[in-house]
Amino acid sequence: MGVILEMENICKQFPGVLANDCICFSVKEGEVHALLGENGAGKSTLMNILCGLYKPTSGEIRLEGETVRFNSARDAMERGIGMVHQHFMLIPTMTVTENCLIGDKEGSSIKLDRKEAGRRLKELAERYGMEIDPDAIVGTLSVGEMQRVEIIKALFRGAKILILDEPTAVLTPQEARALFKMIRALTDNQFTVIFISHKLDEVKEISDRVTVLRLGTVVGTYDIDQCSVEELARLMVGRDIHFDAVTRQQPVGDTLLEVNNLSLHREKSNEGKLLEDLTFEVHKGEILGIAGVDGNGQAELVECLTGIRSASSGEALYQGKDLLKLSTRDIMSNDVSHIPQDRQKTGLVMPMTLVENFALQDYYKKDFGKGALMNWIGVEERSAKLIQDFSVKTPSPYELAQNLSGGNQQKVVVAREISRQPKLLIAMHPTRGLDVGAVEYIHNQLIDQRDKGVGIVLVSTEMEEIMRLSDRIIVLYEGRAMGCVRPSETTVEEMGLMMGGRTLDDIRKGSIKETSVEEKMM
Amino acid sequence: MKVLLSTKMKTQGKAGVKQVIVSFGATVFALALGMLLIYAIGFDPFSAAVAMVDGAFGGKNAFGETLVKMTPLIFTGMSYALASRCGLTNLGMEGQLYMGALAGTATGIYVSGLPAALHLPLTILAGFLGGALWGLIAGALKVRFGASEIITTVMLNTIAISFIDYMVNGPMIEPPGINCQTQPVRSTAQLPNLISGTRAHWGFVIAIVFVVLFWLFLWRSKRGYEVRVAGLNLSAARYSGIHTDKNILLVMFLAGGLAGLAGCNEILGIQIRMIPEISPGYGFDGIAVSLIGNNTPVGIVIGALLFGAFRAGGNRMQIRAKVPNAIVSVVQALVIFAVVASQMLLDKWNEYQMKKINRQESEVA
Repeated sequence: MGVILEMENICKQFPGVLANDCICFSVKEGEVHALLGENGAGKSTLMNILCGLYKPTSGEIRLEGETVRFNSARDAMERGIGMVHQHFMLIPTMTVTENCLIGDKEGSSIKLDRKEAGRRLKELAERYGMEIDPDAIVGTLSVGEMQRVEIIKALFRGAKILILDEPTAVLTPQEARALFKMIRALTDNQFTVIFISHKLDEVKEISDRVTVLRLGTVVGTYDIDQCSVEELARLMVGRDIHFDAVTRQQPVGDTLLEVNNLSLHREKSNEGKLLEDLTFEVHKGEILGIAGVDGNGQAELVECLTGIRSASSGEALYQGKDLLKLSTRDIMSNDVSHIPQDRQKTGLVMPMTLVENFALQDYYKKDFGKGALMNWIGVEERSAKLIQDFSVKTPSPYELAQNLSGGNQQKVVVAREISRQPKLLIAMHPTRGLDVGAVEYIHNQLIDQRDKGVGIVLVSTEMEEIMRLSDRIIVLYEGRAMGCVRPSETTVEEMGLMMGGRTLDDIRKGSIKETSVEEKMM
Repeated sequence: MKVLLSTKMKTQGKAGVKQVIVSFGATVFALALGMLLIYAIGFDPFSAAVAMVDGAFGGKNAFGETLVKMTPLIFTGMSYALASRCGLTNLGMEGQLYMGALAGTATGIYVSGLPAALHLPLTILAGFLGGALWGLIAGALKVRFGASEIITTVMLNTIAISFIDYMVNGPMIEPPGINCQTQPVRSTAQLPNLISGTRAHWGFVIAIVFVVLFWLFLWRSKRGYEVRVAGLNLSAARYSGIHTDKNILLVMFLAGGLAGLAGCNEILGIQIRMIPEISPGYGFDGIAVSLIGNNTPVGIVIGALLFGAFRAGGNRMQIRAKVPNAIVSVVQALVIFAVVASQMLLDKWNEYQMKKINRQESEVA
């Protein structure tokens, strides 16, 4: 197997972020090469460069030894590189054949030869063990079938190297197995597959070699036979995590929130669950960390707890009420605060002034004006005080939220939510995209709240943040809790394994088994 | 407190002044282009301009006429702006205007025995409700079935106008049934004259009162705050627990009512009776008025003044300078283009300035 693709010293600079830092990456013909890494490790950026969507800041791509430059996805396609994105790029009202013909340059430019194309599609599908009806309307297909269409579309246009971006994220286990079979059939026929994933078991199962990325750099490329899943976990999460565990002032208090068997189905109930039987407790004066790779049910959990989405079953008892049965307004007026995951899309109304944004959660209350009218002068005084207390940098309380820097925007959200004096605080990615100073500031605010007896649910994908702040951590994987650990009693490796889909019980049982085997051998 | 209020004036005042200057400049630019166009088709642009201004502002009568044309435009402009503030596109002002006019006419004719002090407010209320209920239909269709209000309001326009045709030719036709018009509304339901010797009527004062209410609702009331939040960021509205469906219904009701008042006032102040073509497109001009006014109360009044002046002065221009009246529509379109484009450019410019400031700050830091 010769090297078919080389990416050398690829750098990609985004405003404020170096997404890829001198990445070298090479793929052999006919192999399945996995690209493993956490969120923000630079996997997607690198692949978007490869398929022509981004241009690298510097670096070089060589295809079969020849240096190439891609100006568009079409250029990359013509050289045989096809990408199957996580979100499908299909037109639901058209047939499979029509979708495959979009952008196809071959054939007559006037007449669309659907019949011929359909015949070729069918042939391709059969050769690689995929079942597909070329005349089916894409919108009627299941998610797994749509993915198959995406793959066939790429093959139809002549792809020799297929990039699959987190292909199993949307699939049921059965569909995933079918996909793996397809991948094997493809590589047997000299196709090359690059497989982006953060799921360790999958990577171990399907790939020949793996390249691990972390924070925009390559950790290394390994033959899969020489790596255990545990090693992969450590490589992926990497870095020694400093968690100078924050010292506690007082012990945790009584139970504040009790979640029992919380489940959330997808719209079509046969497509699996977004959340499955979650059961946990939050105590007064405790920070419960919810860890996991992005998109494993964290957002859905928060939406259920704050009444934005209604759960399929289960209960969330809080002060004698079931949060799952209350409206957002009822929940929020019961001393619950919510720092949402996206300050710009949800937490703030960007074209409004800070004064107006400070009123967002409580404007309907008497303090903000009696009767039907707002008391804006009162809100202004309150805002000025919060701006001072939380040292928000702004020329005036009447500045528009969109004119503030990210850190100051987040301070506005945090100030608003904390000043409501909550008993339960739900914070999702409270420090995402902030600089070190702002992160520190917001962490201290959270710790402060904890010491005041507030129960906090902290959802974050930042390992360090979770390990440093939490009293207990629950790891979510595909909507299920993999285990609940205390930061002082776990290891980076264990966390990585749980984030990759192993349950805590399995890991601990497994390690006991391994040691016992070793003991026997000795 | 004083310090804070003064900073408010500074931040918001400065932005406001900039906006006004840019919009004014854009209007002047568009008018200049219009004059160039008049020259290009072989007329004297200066005598045309003089005739236009004379027809709109030269003397009591001309100014009165401008007020007459302005009044319905203020209402339809507010109607579009209110929906727009809630993130909705109300294209049904024309139909709502007709339904308001019909409801007002019916109340003005068939309710009898009341003194003017009761009959007139009642008639105006009926006009409001006629338009409001017509607007509410589109709101309900959106909330219940997710039907786009852009499409339903346009369809409701056609229905309303055809319905009025039927009513005026059938059930409400003036006996003995020669002219397709209703009988006049009772004198107790007619709006008194505002400036004697002109056609200007008290409907203009009502319009200004509603501009104040419009401001009070959107910027001072809690419900108005909800509406603006939902219009700017639906996700934030849900996060805060705002009942967005309820607001859609309310806003479509109020927006329809405002357009209904445009029609009702036109009947009670000018036409006195319902005729099939009561509106020469006031409903659609409301979109332009609202765009020029950037959905703000003062902006809407200025936009309505400009378009009212065009309508009033256009006739004079045709008679005196022999320039076809159609050219007025072209100039109106130019003004809309120029003002909307200038607002977009201003936004881009502000964004660019902000980036520059942020960059400098980060460099200093």
